[in-house]
Amino acid sequence: MDKSSNLIPAVRFENVSRHFGEVKAVDDVSLEIHDGEFFSMLGPSGSGKTTCLRLIAGFEQPNLGSIFLHGARVNELPPYARDVNTVFQDYALFPHMSVEENVGYGLMVKKVAKAERTRRVQETLELVRLPQMAKRKPSQLSGGQRQRIALARALVNRPRVLLLDEPLGALDLKLRQEMQIELKEIQKQVGITFVFVTHDQEEALTMSDRIAVFNAGRVEQIGAPAEIYEHPQTAFVAGFVGTSNLVHSQVAQKLTGSNETFSIRPEKIRMVEPGTQVQNGWTALDGAVREVVYLGMLTRYIVAIEGGGELTVVRQNLDETSMDVLRARGKRVQLTWQRTFDRVLDQA
Amino acid sequence: MTTHFSTQTKTAAVSLLHRISTFFHHHPTMGLALLLAIPLLWLGLVYLGSLAALLLQSFFKLDDYTGQVVREFTLDTYKQLFTRSNMDIVLRTAAMSTAVTLACALLAFPISFYMARYASRASKIAFYIAVTLPLWSSYLVRVYSWKLILAKEGVIGWFFQAFGLQGVLDAILAVPVIGGPSLSVSMYGTFFAFVYVWLPYMIIPTYTALERVPRSMLEASADLGARPLDTFLRVILPLAFPGVVAGSIFTFSLTLGDYIIPGVLGNSAFFIGQVVLTQQGTAGNIPLAAAITVVPMIIMTIYLFIAGRLGAFEAL
Amino acid sequence: MQTRKQSPQSFATRAPLELKILVAGVLLFLYCPFGIILLYAFTTEETAFTFPPPGLTLDWFGVALFKRPDIWGPLTLSVQVALVATFIALVLGSLIALAVSRAKFFGREAITFLVILPIALPGIITGIALRSAIGLFGIDFSFWTIIVGHATFCVVVVYNNVVARLRRTAKSQMEASADLGAHSFQTFRYIILPAIATALVAGGMLAFALSFDEVIVTTFTAGQQTTLPIWILGQLTRPRQRPVTNIVALFVIAITFIPIVIAQRLTQDTNE
Repeated sequence: MDKSSNLIPAVRFENVSRHFGEVKAVDDVSLEIHDGEFFSMLGPSGSGKTTCLRLIAGFEQPNLGSIFLHGARVNELPPYARDVNTVFQDYALFPHMSVEENVGYGLMVKKVAKAERTRRVQETLELVRLPQMAKRKPSQLSGGQRQRIALARALVNRPRVLLLDEPLGALDLKLRQEMQIELKEIQKQVGITFVFVTHDQEEALTMSDRIAVFNAGRVEQIGAPAEIYEHPQTAFVAGFVGTSNLVHSQVAQKLTGSNETFSIRPEKIRMVEPGTQVQNGWTALDGAVREVVYLGMLTRYIVAIEGGGELTVVRQNLDETSMDVLRARGKRVQLTWQRTFDRVLDQA
Repeated sequence: MTTHFSTQTKTAAVSLLHRISTFFHHHPTMGLALLLAIPLLWLGLVYLGSLAALLLQSFFKLDDYTGQVVREFTLDTYKQLFTRSNMDIVLRTAAMSTAVTLACALLAFPISFYMARYASRASKIAFYIAVTLPLWSSYLVRVYSWKLILAKEGVIGWFFQAFGLQGVLDAILAVPVIGGPSLSVSMYGTFFAFVYVWLPYMIIPTYTALERVPRSMLEASADLGARPLDTFLRVILPLAFPGVVAGSIFTFSLTLGDYIIPGVLGNSAFFIGQVVLTQQGTAGNIPLAAAITVVPMIIMTIYLFIAGRLGAFEAL
Repeated sequence: MQTRKQSPQSFATRAPLELKILVAGVLLFLYCPFGIILLYAFTTEETAFTFPPPGLTLDWFGVALFKRPDIWGPLTLSVQVALVATFIALVLGSLIALAVSRAKFFGREAITFLVILPIALPGIITGIALRSAIGLFGIDFSFWTIIVGHATFCVVVVYNNVVARLRRTAKSQMEASADLGAHSFQTFRYIILPAIATALVAGGMLAFALSFDEVIVTTFTAGQQTTLPIWILGQLTRPRQRPVTNIVALFVIAITFIPIVIAQRLTQDTNE
């Protein structure tokens, strides 16, 4: 990769807002997407992530703020004049065209010569591993194949930024997991900036170089997957990315001496016999197991804390059977974790 | 591969059409205005303009001596409306419209119900085409067919005779006001033809409304212990009602304005439409024709208002 | 519990016999008249509608073709009117449909209402309104006064078909086209036009059928000109060689049925 191109962000939002009447779909968002990175926009539905994508593509115009693509302000630029391409959630393949015509569409409207067009279409179909499908109609393809064709149709134009709007949402779990890996590989291979919208936190964690977590039209946190997971800055991020225990005022006061809310991941908590001596830098909390949920590989324990509140604890079933774990219900336990694992959150 | 893909191709030459579309991208309202200019000019100027001309004409009057239209504002023409004979015509037309609407509703319901409830997917399409086909095909020819059927020596007459029911037919025809020398020159003829030509207009919205009643709702009703009749009366009928009202807008309004059917089949008692026709045609009295037309317009406005309250527009 | 379980079964897939008879009756009611018209095209009687016909003959077809020149003028006029009106309706109807489906804008509902109005109001109102305008401005009756009326009520047919198709065409397809670099004209040419093509054909055919058959509005806008429906109307009240009227009627049925069936097929295919 050319180092100099990394200095100018591929996409830059400067205080961008997009309102639909009273609804603030995107509310004062500022962010930078680096050239060549796999960037995910993660959030629940209605959080503004898709609108952000549509703003980059040019289907929507911001009410306030500026959008830059590789340093050039593009606020008013129509979609067809932007060097970005989109993989749509519903794929949006043209039903009256063959796979070949679909993939070649972008080149055709840009008047690329027939011979080159055919060559590039074939090359891209090979990239998505469907070279034999050229003559088919979209209606003759499976969901997974359509998804690949949609990807090919966008990639063939060699855009500088590829936008993907929940492209794996319609696929079943197994296919989705395969495609996650394959997409990531394709991205490395072509070296294009990928902007990936998803509501699936696992998907975002698996594929991204960086993630922006969206909530109610705003960006809550931007960071690398590990950073987002291990250092959530807000209660929303802590709750949305993975599962987290939020410890509020009174219990927090007792443990940390401050009434600021903090979060602790269930897998970081150890469950031991009451009264067990803890090391320095570890907390100790007494409680009783209120509920046990056996999940096969793991067991989830919900523990009622003395003095109020509940904490969820996850333990791998290393040497317990389902009978063993279910017997834990009602048992008095002590919870303990390393203090470095809990995170004080920004107050919303 | 990496270098191959990361280089971009940018077409330098920007076509005229490209520039035009970019212009409209920046000025979307102008693009819209351009699309709508001609159609709105047509519908707005020609059609709404004509409706305005109609209203305007109704406030003019015809000079009795010269036979020319006097273009001065006057309510004289409207005064002519409120004569005994004109009121009779309005009442007769409204009564016929009501009767036709009720008959259409009664006939449309079973077939709509069957289509929505029992027909398979393929036969639903076949039924739908079967019902809409007469709607689109020649109105005039369909009216004409009833003249053939109802003629004194025609099919119906032959049936009554063949089954020795001539007496019954005579009795039916002897009823004052609506009777006549034969079915085709009585109110019965007018009524049959109206019901026949407008029936599809009633079937389609009724069917659409019934089709929207989910099967699970009927099963829920049955599961809660309702007998089929209860389910029909308390679930199906209320849900289908807006569809029936939607259909009635057509049957009522179309009957109200028609002048062909009472002209071809009937006992020469006038309907609103015929008055309009004769006033503008042979009498050359466009102001009076216009003023009379205002009557069905008012009736329909009231009708639409009530229909709207009954939820008919959602069912259209 | 047992009785409850039985209730859903009584709502099962088989229709009661009474209902089937009723349905058959209504279908018979809808289609019998067409059979009657067919039958009387072959009757040997010239002036009466006796049932059953005293005899059957094919002669009237020859008469209609060769000995009744009065049919050809109205027929030609009706075809010309229907063609021109259909063309205008196609242009106007699709322009409105494109505008309405493209964007939400102030007055959109009003435009939809305006398009539907000519067919929602009784034909006589449209007719007398146009007649009033013609009278008010002292315009002479001509081919074009008929066209104005016909095109006005045909617009809605085209509009309805096209707008329904555009509604079913995923918006993302047009966005995808723009996204791939196509400007608006290319998107129209390569995506929108193929998507609405069959709807345009269907709408055009229905518009043709509607115009070809129209009599109520035409009476007010035709003056002394005779379209085929006006000719038929004349035959209904002042009959001459009745079976000839039946033959013309059959011809009208055929010329309207065929486009309608094609139109239905075209719209059905894409519904699948």
